Amino acid sequence: MNRTSIRRALVPGIAALTLALSSCAAGNEAGGSNGESGSGLSGSIAGGGASSQEKAQAAWRAGFQGENPDATVNYDPVGSGSGRENFISEAYLFAGTDAALSDEEGELAAADKRCGGDVIQIPAYVSPIAVVFNLDGIDSLNLSAPVIAKIFAGKITKWNDPAIAAENDGVDLPNMTITPVHRQDDSGTTENFTKYLEAASDGAWSHEPDGLWPAAIKGGEAADGTSGLVGAVSSGQGTIGYADDSAAGDLGVVAVKVGDEFNTPSAEGAAKVLAVSPRVEGASESNMALELDRATTESGAYPVLLVSYLLACSTYASADDAELVKGYLTYVVSTEGQEAAAGEAGSAPLEASIQEEAMALVESISAK
Amino acid sequence: MSAPVSHQKPPRRFGDRVFAGLAVTSGGAIMLALAGVFVFLAIEGYPGLSVDESFYRPATTFLGYVGPLVYGTTLAAVLALVISVPFAIAIALFISHYAPKRIAAPVAYIMDLLAAVPSVVYGLWGGGVLAGSIRPVQGWLHEHLSFLPFFAGPPSATGRTLLTAGVVLAIMILPITTAICREVFAQTPRLNEEAALALGATRWEMIRLAVFPYARSGMVSAVMLGLGRALGETMAVAMVLSASPIVTLNLISSDNPATIASNIAVNYKEASPDKQAVLIATGLVLFAFTFAVNFLARYIAGRSERRMGR
Repeated sequence: MNRTSIRRALVPGIAALTLALSSCAAGNEAGGSNGESGSGLSGSIAGGGASSQEKAQAAWRAGFQGENPDATVNYDPVGSGSGRENFISEAYLFAGTDAALSDEEGELAAADKRCGGDVIQIPAYVSPIAVVFNLDGIDSLNLSAPVIAKIFAGKITKWNDPAIAAENDGVDLPNMTITPVHRQDDSGTTENFTKYLEAASDGAWSHEPDGLWPAAIKGGEAADGTSGLVGAVSSGQGTIGYADDSAAGDLGVVAVKVGDEFNTPSAEGAAKVLAVSPRVEGASESNMALELDRATTESGAYPVLLVSYLLACSTYASADDAELVKGYLTYVVSTEGQEAAAGEAGSAPLEASIQEEAMALVESISAK
Repeated sequence: MSAPVSHQKPPRRFGDRVFAGLAVTSGGAIMLALAGVFVFLAIEGYPGLSVDESFYRPATTFLGYVGPLVYGTTLAAVLALVISVPFAIAIALFISHYAPKRIAAPVAYIMDLLAAVPSVVYGLWGGGVLAGSIRPVQGWLHEHLSFLPFFAGPPSATGRTLLTAGVVLAIMILPITTAICREVFAQTPRLNEEAALALGATRWEMIRLAVFPYARSGMVSAVMLGLGRALGETMAVAMVLSASPIVTLNLISSDNPATIASNIAVNYKEASPDKQAVLIATGLVLFAFTFAVNFLARYIAGRSERRMGR
């Protein structure tokens, strides 16, 4: 008898509580700077592309769909290349890509044609890549880009090599073989890492940057996916690899030489690189593709990073599509969205000036 | 079904017709499914034979791309057989001829349980536990047997080598090989065994003279089923192996040839349509390869049976 009376009180009690909470949340939204996305959009949009954004997209979709329960956003992590192709062929309304659309392969022109106007390209996901290693008793090492390049190219093979010792005074380096671990699959992380090595290593890295690890390098270990790579580095001794900073876990992390200082991966460091990177030459107003300055000497910068872009059209044939894409991208670029991604995927939130610029572009999305 | 010659038709009940229909349909459906898979592979994979060179990186032709993969697949499967077959036969003999009934039944049961472990779990275990604990073994092999090309080294620092993958595969195919061997050993006619013993054979001689010849074709089938599983195993290999596109006999270094199935699993999710076609074409090669191996095995098994028959 007692129980039922408690139950009877429970239901209205919870109802009242949720009501109070939700009104609180609504109040927050109205007060927020980017509160536009809470306007109760409905319908469904499909997008896809870079798998590097997969976790962040999951966070954004959850956040956006939480605010707009009638809206559905799909993101298919099929890879950057397929994402761009499907965007151009109109299968996707928006796409994620690790490499910005460029004129070289005519993709930019094709995308402009698909949109019947300028394509919008905004950086949405910035993630520092950590160089991780596993050595007993050593948590941090200072390494410059040429040394990292030589380690991964198999030219420096011992941890107590003079080149490593010269940058790490007072660290007791073991006489152990270095086992570099690289990604076995085609990945944006590999592509950005090798781009960094090429740009910053003063010629010590002689291989073409690519999503696939150069097969000419012998003796390295290969692992499948970020978690596979981190697993391989953790399970070996004297191993070194590269992975999204959020996945580094308990492994030792390399502080990378920038100018005269050594910086560990951080969101602020990545943001500084974006701040000093110029736009790609000759790009249109709506194209925020950046020429990442990976060889920067800016104090505090962390130049080993991955920037992933979102593609959308400035005009859509259907008003519903335009509203939804606009609403979704508004959430993605908003401080709330960027923080959701930082929490879920360990990315670096966009820097204020870039965020402002991207937001202006997103707000210009309209129906034809 | 031959038409019954008949003044006296056998009685055909409703249940008979239903069951016959079900059996024929099932038999037909599996043929249809197999043909469907082949047609899919052929249609989707055919364009992959001649796409742009860059999709075959680091090779330049399809054959150059698939060659190391076929080699890796074969090497891993053969390694798994070399490790598992002696064990499987010994365990099967133990269960069928050596162990007292009280022990044989639980051992057989536990072997069957091994088959129920999903391959992802084997992969996790292989990469997380076995790879680490096999490192000293590989170090020892390199130190003492490095004159053999298999152990030329340098030994991998993580243990994620073809040897580890081979051991994982061997454990995975052990239950199926053991189960079939056990069954055929148990079916050896009691009279043959008793005759051998009566002629003064020891137990081992009896097994050699009476059991093995009788069970030979069954043993070949058992090994072939195991080989089929080893050739096609995907996740466990993908999760354990540190692969690169090379051809080498070295089993303990960081550079190991990938297998076709693991290569597809690793690369498919990020592949563009052309690359997907290339991967499906490698799947077609695996399909044809497995088919050929099975036919060969049937032929060998059949030949030994025919010889026995004479």
